[in-house]
Amino acid sequence: MSTIHKSPWLLHYDGSSCNGCDIEVLACTTPVYDVERFGVINTGNPMHADIFLITGGINSQNAEVVKQIYNQMPQPKVVIAVGTCACTGGIFKECYNIKGGADTVIPVDIYVPGCAARPESIIDGVVKGVALFKEKAAALAAEQKAN
Amino acid sequence: MISSRVITAVCYLLFAPFIIGLLDGFDRKISARMQGRKGPSVLQPFYDLKKLFEKEFLTANKIQLLMIRSYLFFIMLSGVIFFAGFDILLVVFSLSTAAMFLILASTSTHSPYSAQGTHRELVQIMSCEPMELLVAVGFYLAMGTFNVNEIAQGQMSPITFLPGFFVGFVFILTIKFRKSPFDIATSHHAHQEVIKGVTSEMVGKEYGMVTLAEWYENAILLGIVGLFFINSNPVSIVAAIVAILVVWFLEILIDNTSARVKWQLMLKLAWGVTIVAAGMNLFLLEIIRG
Repeated sequence: MSTIHKSPWLLHYDGSSCNGCDIEVLACTTPVYDVERFGVINTGNPMHADIFLITGGINSQNAEVVKQIYNQMPQPKVVIAVGTCACTGGIFKECYNIKGGADTVIPVDIYVPGCAARPESIIDGVVKGVALFKEKAAALAAEQKAN
Repeated sequence: MISSRVITAVCYLLFAPFIIGLLDGFDRKISARMQGRKGPSVLQPFYDLKKLFEKEFLTANKIQLLMIRSYLFFIMLSGVIFFAGFDILLVVFSLSTAAMFLILASTSTHSPYSAQGTHRELVQIMSCEPMELLVAVGFYLAMGTFNVNEIAQGQMSPITFLPGFFVGFVFILTIKFRKSPFDIATSHHAHQEVIKGVTSEMVGKEYGMVTLAEWYENAILLGIVGLFFINSNPVSIVAAIVAILVVWFLEILIDNTSARVKWQLMLKLAWGVTIVAAGMNLFLLEIIRG
């Protein structure tokens, strides 16, 4: 039986967020919410990460950074956009330097809306992400077997 | 007699990862409770390890995999030497050789994060190595032999003669277990100052092998803690196990109460404790031996 979904390591990247969502993401690791009980670790290294969690919109400067982080993550991987800005660009959408949400540069799997997204909804998104992570792992294993 | 030594070595190879992995799971659970959290399952380290081997393998330099395999091999070799009851000095040298392979693995990718981690790994080796070597010397001075099997068959437990060495060794264990300081080469924890130090560029199975090697190494280190308490009386084995568990708990406590120690302080403290505790003990032993 696959247990890969029991060990989802997170990588958190702050795009051009106002830090509201970032604080809520960090709140998830505190004793009140404790996401580590699901085996989640907040890692700083894309090469060790399974779930890429983006807060804030994408601007001209961070577009390449986000792409590079995404490419450095080994398969299977899941991308979660946390907060309205990461989903659509939010209130900054019309700014001259903002491209929009995270899905303007990389494929996003789960969208967690909210301004700021509440820890409960972030955990909800992560749990959905973990389920998807398991599916992707099974698909990858089947593909490797076929090759 | 020889067959029991072979069995111990085989048991080490087969069961050390399970025992240390489980201790690591309890470590995470106890740490979480100390911080007022629920914490993950005690089997979490095994889930993590299994996942790492299932991830896609991306690498910047293929030589890294060979270096990491050598690292794992030399750690396992050190453990076999130790648990089969051979020379403890050889165990220390073999562990140093293994550490060299880890450094070669991390420098093979030219990543600035790995390079920073490597520098700190070297500082870490510099802080711990004197104490590791002194422990071997201490065992020789107390028991008259470097042979682990003969040390374990002594009339009295080595701790009687080596309390200072024991204190020094337990002190460096915090660093060897990668618990404190927080900006060390690579941390036992997710929180880490410079990405993930020496393991920054290690992906999937490479990082899995490094984790496995660390479990094997921790088994040797806890074995050395036990060796301080073992003598020819079989009851001493219970004392050794109790001592190992107490030291293991103490390390968790130190880890959770000194979360912000930096490497500069680590170097000063590690050498300070080595010189004061082990040095004094060495001096007294020499006087006793006359």
